[in-house]
Amino acid sequence: MAGITGKDAVLTEYARKLETLDAPKGRSLTQDAMRRLTRNKAAVVSIGVVIFIILFAFVGPYLIPWTYDKIDWSGIRKPPNFEAGHFAGTDQNGRDMLARIMQGTQMSLIVACVATLVSVFIGVCYGAIAGYFGGKVDAVMMRFVDIMYALPYILFVIILVVMFGRNPVLLFVGIGCLEWLTMARIVRGQTLSIKEREFVEAAKAGGAKPWTIIFRHIVPNLTGPVVIYATLTVPEIILTESFLSYLGLGVQEPQTSLGTLISFGSPVAETLPWMLIGPAVVLVSLLLCLTYIGDGLRDALDPKDR
Amino acid sequence: MKQVLKVEDMSVTFELHQSEVHAVRDMNFTLAEGETLAVVGESGSGKSQAFLAIMGLLAKNGRAGGRAMMGDINLIGMAPGQLDKHRGKDIAMIFQDPMTSLNPTLKVRTQLAEVLVKHRSFDQQKATIAAIEMLERVGIPEPAKRANAYPHELSGGMRQRVMIAMALLCQPKILIADEPTTALDVTVQAQMLDLFKTLTEDFGTSLVLITHDLGVVAGVADRMMVMYGGRAVEKGTVDDLFYDPRHPYTLGLLHSTPHIAHRAARLDPIQGLPPSLEHLPKGCSFNPRCAFAFDRCLVERPPLADTGNGREKACFYEGPMAYGKVA
Amino acid sequence: MFGYVTRRVLSAIPIALIAVTACFFILRLAPGGPFDGERALPPVTLANLRAHYNLDLPLIQQYFIYVMRLLQGDFGPSMVYNDFTVAEMIWIGLPFTLMLGFSAFIIGTIVGLVAGAISAVNQNKWPDYVLVLLVMIGLVVPNFLMAAIMQLAFGVYLDWFPAGGWQNGSLAHLVLPVTVLVLPHAGRTARLMRGSMIEVLGTNYVRTARSKGLGQRLILARHAIKPALLPVVSYLGPGLSYLLTGSLVVEQVFALPGIGKYFISAALNRDYGLVLGTTILYMFIILAVNLLVDIIYAWLDPKVRYR
Repeated sequence: MAGITGKDAVLTEYARKLETLDAPKGRSLTQDAMRRLTRNKAAVVSIGVVIFIILFAFVGPYLIPWTYDKIDWSGIRKPPNFEAGHFAGTDQNGRDMLARIMQGTQMSLIVACVATLVSVFIGVCYGAIAGYFGGKVDAVMMRFVDIMYALPYILFVIILVVMFGRNPVLLFVGIGCLEWLTMARIVRGQTLSIKEREFVEAAKAGGAKPWTIIFRHIVPNLTGPVVIYATLTVPEIILTESFLSYLGLGVQEPQTSLGTLISFGSPVAETLPWMLIGPAVVLVSLLLCLTYIGDGLRDALDPKDR
Repeated sequence: MKQVLKVEDMSVTFELHQSEVHAVRDMNFTLAEGETLAVVGESGSGKSQAFLAIMGLLAKNGRAGGRAMMGDINLIGMAPGQLDKHRGKDIAMIFQDPMTSLNPTLKVRTQLAEVLVKHRSFDQQKATIAAIEMLERVGIPEPAKRANAYPHELSGGMRQRVMIAMALLCQPKILIADEPTTALDVTVQAQMLDLFKTLTEDFGTSLVLITHDLGVVAGVADRMMVMYGGRAVEKGTVDDLFYDPRHPYTLGLLHSTPHIAHRAARLDPIQGLPPSLEHLPKGCSFNPRCAFAFDRCLVERPPLADTGNGREKACFYEGPMAYGKVA
Repeated sequence: MFGYVTRRVLSAIPIALIAVTACFFILRLAPGGPFDGERALPPVTLANLRAHYNLDLPLIQQYFIYVMRLLQGDFGPSMVYNDFTVAEMIWIGLPFTLMLGFSAFIIGTIVGLVAGAISAVNQNKWPDYVLVLLVMIGLVVPNFLMAAIMQLAFGVYLDWFPAGGWQNGSLAHLVLPVTVLVLPHAGRTARLMRGSMIEVLGTNYVRTARSKGLGQRLILARHAIKPALLPVVSYLGPGLSYLLTGSLVVEQVFALPGIGKYFISAALNRDYGLVLGTTILYMFIILAVNLLVDIIYAWLDPKVRYR
């Protein structure tokens, strides 16, 4: 998938390198890596900001007077007005912007998590199977990945979304189905090196079946790179979802997401700037911080890669 | 004997996050014209770093101090632009792993010819011809064909020969070879050492051979310098040190090398491990592993002292050195 | 080298075929069709329409008919814009989109490569910090947001450039949209180039080059560039892909006459012909670019030529 933030291009490089290294770096996913991560100031600050945003999105609604779909007939298109409880103003329908931003952030985050899990699941299974069985199976499977990589994926997304209607669950799954490609590559690379290690041989000698070996022995050793890529996938997914919502193909009314908010806010930004600024700030901060965290994790787990 | 290189009080320090590591300290030696000096030591002894410093190839967090006089000029601390006038021309270096030391995207002849084009202002054609001649000189069969190949198309031994050819093209006065045979098969090693001997005689080049392998030293070197914990601990001719070592570390090295003629029941390594450069032992750096250490060794570091006959050692012990397990 | 090129071209053909097939069947298997409009059509009309567009034939047969026509350059009729064939519609909008996309691609790639190289050579000094910051901004802000911001800032408030629309041959109208497209691409390219160049500058063979007294400029130009470009070049295929899809949004925001807006409305209206046609065309373009990229890669890295 043409990674929207380009992370997976960077990680494709990483995946290529992993194919030629011998020991999986997953071992150091503990205090060593944690120490390096905490020394990275940008990452630490970013973690703080992300936590804040999560709280903002999920706890925030309980702290403000308006809900995201309640219409305040007396305050339509109003700029921020602290007395009326509209801290971020109202939109053209008189709904409270702050509440809508919170709800939008919730939606974006939920989609991101679910889609990430889907893509991790598919990617890990696919990559582990390809890497473990090797040979023809591997060649065919990876060729498929290569082909998928080259195609204009977002067009497929749009087609898929149009096909299956605006069902939010399918939205999550659909987006997840896009992002698994690079995960699969990385997992395959790691699997190739892990399967040569002694404990795998021991398991084989003990008569374990391939599926057991893959899921009981190999997959647990993949945690390092999987975590890194999963963290870097999240901003990609948020971007994809925002993009779709912006085009009107994502989340539907009255629910909203950051992308939808921005799509409504942009055309009227001259006269109603608060409709654009709020969601834009949240979206950009979220993406920026997730990117820093992802980079930080990658550096912490493989410092030579700087 | 004319001196081509005189190193005085050289040190190499690396700056880490919260501390400094002294990789090399108080280094002093001379290199005479046409001689081959072996620099021996384990990993971490500082032997490579010292010469990387002279060539100006230290990592970004490394600082070199002292002087490395090649004629009238001091190579230490010289700006890279100035150094470039001498590197590859008057002083050259070859490295341990020929596979990664050659550019995989450039043909062999390009990598060879460029030194001549840069330093001797040859034109491309003349340089290529000279390069092919040198390839033949270093013993590569079908040199013209090989010159047109990429490094990954050659075997390890051939790649190392290419590196040697590359280093010698401008006929430098000094050639530094950092573990040149470590990455090669033993049979190829022997050929390589013969090559070194022949070439240094033919070209009159002084050779510094950095190695941890005493067999390599015996075959090629005139004099040797043993390093431990960032410092030189013994210096002298190869014969002197091999038959009459005066430093316990040198003794240990000699006896830990298995000899093909003697069947030994067990290998005899030096007990203990090389010290971490950040936490060197107090007194003599070797004292934890030394069979001859006494109380003075634990508090005072022995300086490198002249013992006559062109020999130097850094040790307080003056007694006989017979090998045996001394408690 | 020639053998490699031939092999790659030949292997691209089955890929193209698979892509077309996949696209065709996915679109057709979706629920809903082009005539599921707001009002239900009388059954007879519906039957006639379907027969006219061959929709009553078995799917496989439709597929073959489609492929045969495709090979002759005929993308079939548009089912929604009745007066046009798909080919005609594509012809109206595609040249503009391609121009927009490719100019942004080329500019973005060059800017990215230069920025990345400067960053790497000056690692951790101020040019590096400034460039890394700019790259972050380019990467993180989604293109639809960036488009809105640019439009507001430069088109409306500062009024330096027209905020949208298109007048034939007017460069000024292109400045903002191209910038919006260039930023993320340049950002990603710069990031890759920086990392790659830093790695190359730390390799043993660059150390050897330094030991030969070649000088920084010669080392960069001859020894470092080719290996450093490798990972970046691998990215260019997907990079273009992203750029073309980004142009959909940019065309909408800036009201530009490309194929973007047709595509989206075609997708929403289930105009199979137009959607399929555009997608296939995009795919061919990207496959062609990927092929080109593979060839460049093989030129840069001799080891790959035996594959």
